[in-house]
Amino acid sequence: MIALYTLMEGVIAFFLIAGSIFALIGSLGLTRMKDFYMRLHGPSKISTLGVGCVLLASITYFSLLDGGPSLRELLITIFLFITAPVSAHMLSKSALHQKLARDPRTRGDPEEFQEDHEHSVEEAPQGDSKLP
Amino acid sequence: MLDIALKISVTLFTIAIVLNLYRLAVGPSLPDRILALDTMYVNSIALIVLFGIWLGDRTYFEAALLIAMLGFVSTVAVCKYLLRGDIIE
Repeated sequence: MIALYTLMEGVIAFFLIAGSIFALIGSLGLTRMKDFYMRLHGPSKISTLGVGCVLLASITYFSLLDGGPSLRELLITIFLFITAPVSAHMLSKSALHQKLARDPRTRGDPEEFQEDHEHSVEEAPQGDSKLP
Repeated sequence: MLDIALKISVTLFTIAIVLNLYRLAVGPSLPDRILALDTMYVNSIALIVLFGIWLGDRTYFEAALLIAMLGFVSTVAVCKYLLRGDIIE
C-alpha cells in the first residue's frame, strides 16, 4: 500500500512539473514572439496542455485522498478544451479586422490583406522566408 | 516529493503570470492585451487548483470553474466589441 502511495505521488509530481513547464513555455512565446499572429500560438498550448496536466494531477490527488474517483475537475478541463479554440478564433478575427502589422515571415494571404497587395507590386512575397 | 513539486510548480506559474503582465503592459495593440488577459485567467485557474491541492481542500474547485466561465464570456464580449463596435446588437 505504501508503494502504491509513493508511485501515485510520483505521478502527481510529474503532472505538476510538466504542466507548469508547458505554461512557462507558452508565456515565454507570448512575450518573445514578434507578431500578433505568432503570439496567438502560445496561449492555446497553455490552456490545453498546461492546465490540462495540472487538472489531471488534481484529479489523481483527490481520487487518492477520497479512496474513490473524484472527477469534478474534469468539468474545467472539458470547458477549457471547448472554449480555447473559440476565443482564439475570435481574437484572430478581431486582429484581422484591425489589420495589425505582420512580420514578413508570417505566411498566408487572407482576404483582409489583399487590397494592400494590389497597390504594392509583389513586395515581399512569401518566398522571402528564412525558415525552411 | 509532492511538497517540492508543488513549490516548483507554483513558482513557474507565477513567472508565467509575470510574463503575461509584461505583455499586458507593453503590448502594442488592443488584441495583444486581450490575449494577455486571456492567458492570465487560464494561468490563474491553474494557480487556484494548485492552492487547493496544497491545502487538501475541495472548495477552491468552484472558484476555478467560475473564473473559467466568466473569463471566456468576457474575452468573447471584448472581441465582439472590437469586431462590431457593439456587443448586443
